[in-house]
Amino acid sequence: MSSPVLKLVAQRLSLGILLLFAVSILIFVGTQILPGDVAQAILGQSATEQALANLRRDLGLNDPAYVRYLNWLGGVLTGDLGTSLANGTDIAEAIGRRLFNTLFLAAVAAIVAVPLSILLGLLAVRYRNRWPDKMISAVTLASISLPEFFIGYLLIFFVAVQLGWFPSVATVFDGMSFGQRLSAVALPAATLTLVVLAHMMRMTRAAILNVMQSAYIETAELKGVSAFDIIRKHAFPNAIAPIVNVVMLNLAYLVVGVVVVEVIFVYPGMGQYLVDHVAKRDVPVVQACGLIFAAIFIGLNMLADIIAILTNPRLRHPK
Amino acid sequence: MFDRIPISAWIGIVSTSLFLLAALLAPLLAPYPLTEIVGGVWEPMSAKHWLGTDNLGRDLLSRMIYGARTTIFIAAVATILSFSLGSILGFSAAVIGGWLDQALSRFVDLIMSIPTLIFALVVLSVLPANLLTLILVMGLLDSTRVYRLSRAVAVDINVMDYVEAAKLRGEGRGWIIFREILPNALSPLVAELGLRFIFQVLFLSTLSFLGLGIQPPEADWGGMVKENKDGIVFGIPAALIPAAAIALLAISVNLVADWILNRTTSLKGGRGG
Repeated sequence: MSSPVLKLVAQRLSLGILLLFAVSILIFVGTQILPGDVAQAILGQSATEQALANLRRDLGLNDPAYVRYLNWLGGVLTGDLGTSLANGTDIAEAIGRRLFNTLFLAAVAAIVAVPLSILLGLLAVRYRNRWPDKMISAVTLASISLPEFFIGYLLIFFVAVQLGWFPSVATVFDGMSFGQRLSAVALPAATLTLVVLAHMMRMTRAAILNVMQSAYIETAELKGVSAFDIIRKHAFPNAIAPIVNVVMLNLAYLVVGVVVVEVIFVYPGMGQYLVDHVAKRDVPVVQACGLIFAAIFIGLNMLADIIAILTNPRLRHPK
Repeated sequence: MFDRIPISAWIGIVSTSLFLLAALLAPLLAPYPLTEIVGGVWEPMSAKHWLGTDNLGRDLLSRMIYGARTTIFIAAVATILSFSLGSILGFSAAVIGGWLDQALSRFVDLIMSIPTLIFALVVLSVLPANLLTLILVMGLLDSTRVYRLSRAVAVDINVMDYVEAAKLRGEGRGWIIFREILPNALSPLVAELGLRFIFQVLFLSTLSFLGLGIQPPEADWGGMVKENKDGIVFGIPAALIPAAAIALLAISVNLVADWILNRTTSLKGGRGG
């Protein structure tokens, strides 16, 4: 590994960290933009003066905004996410288990969706403008327009209720065997897979088609290499970087799509936790969850950049 | 111009118009009032209630029709907001350049580095739950995407000879933006309009489904999915109907947008064909 590569990777890493700090400020400011009093908004119009004063003290609202931000950031960096306003529990503790659940669900979906979408994307290119390609693009158009909850409830209605193959509510608890856990997340994972599959497939197809129009592919065609060998030997290696990019972007999307899917299947993950506490106006929990989701999103995007640099020598000499 | 419209675009146009008609004529079309309880809970489809009744015994078809009005109206207003704001800022950034361009572009980068839904949830946790907030949040967050597109388009147009000529003859920035750039940037923006509208429909539905959008007893389709979702495990498909309507509206608009996109790009000499 040469040093310019290391330098580029280090650059991306520091950029990502810088971005994360900026995002933490944005999230903090986002919860302060209310033109009135946060305490009033949380407690409602009928709150007594005493209750308002107590809440203001608990929230630290008497300090100036930048002090509150620095306190919060300091806490986050040392693993202290504060306590929930709604039930007084420690947020870091509540998030720990839920984060694992969410990542488990997203990982199961990714393991199915990534190879499947690349395979289908390759098929679409191989049979370009013939029926497999046309069918794939029609299905893609349809599934991009479908809200997650439509797919989710369709699966619950037909697969869980009518056929009874999987539970309709994805309950997970400690001491569950891996197999049981897998069966519990089968439907949510299937929903997520269907949601991202179309995007990934279409972008894979576009990435490979882009490569297929290069001069070296034409040369290979003219010297009589078979269609599959062209894809395998010439197109695919060149398409790895864009495909990795597509995969990472969609994994990032997966982590967000998880929010809705968790609510559909009542799955005890981060998304469910976040949505519950938005409705309760539980600002510390919302800030913590928002920051974690944003961090995962930014992290995956950064990873996509770095992998692209590592796999494509052309990107190492930016002009 | 009507002789070469492909069949898919026709389907899209007809069904989009039907949705719009339902939204416009809601009080005339709906057989029952929006919030009146007219029967038992989750009655099946019948001649009296074509789509059955909902979780409180209200007529589902009437609520679907009023729901079309709410969903389409809010999504349309949010789209208009995001388009006006995004395109004006995008054009200005491209024409004026310098620190304004830098500041706006970096700020948009920052907002877009957080997933839209997550940022909306963060902001909605402190903002009052009303229609205006909802539309503002939806429109402002989405204007980042319009900004990027219109800035990119305007940067290309800004270096054209006719823009140079206008600058040399001393036209002001307002003229450059509205008389030179806007007409030439219109076709890619119009194609994008449909896609942004679909995004707003899906976004509104998602927020309402999560209980953070339209508040009951008013209903949009996403909220109706939420109201009726508990019936699913008993085999009652009431929640699937509004969900299917969202999907159908999105697909219809998509078909129309696709056709416009192909048409405008082929007018420019087959670019992207």
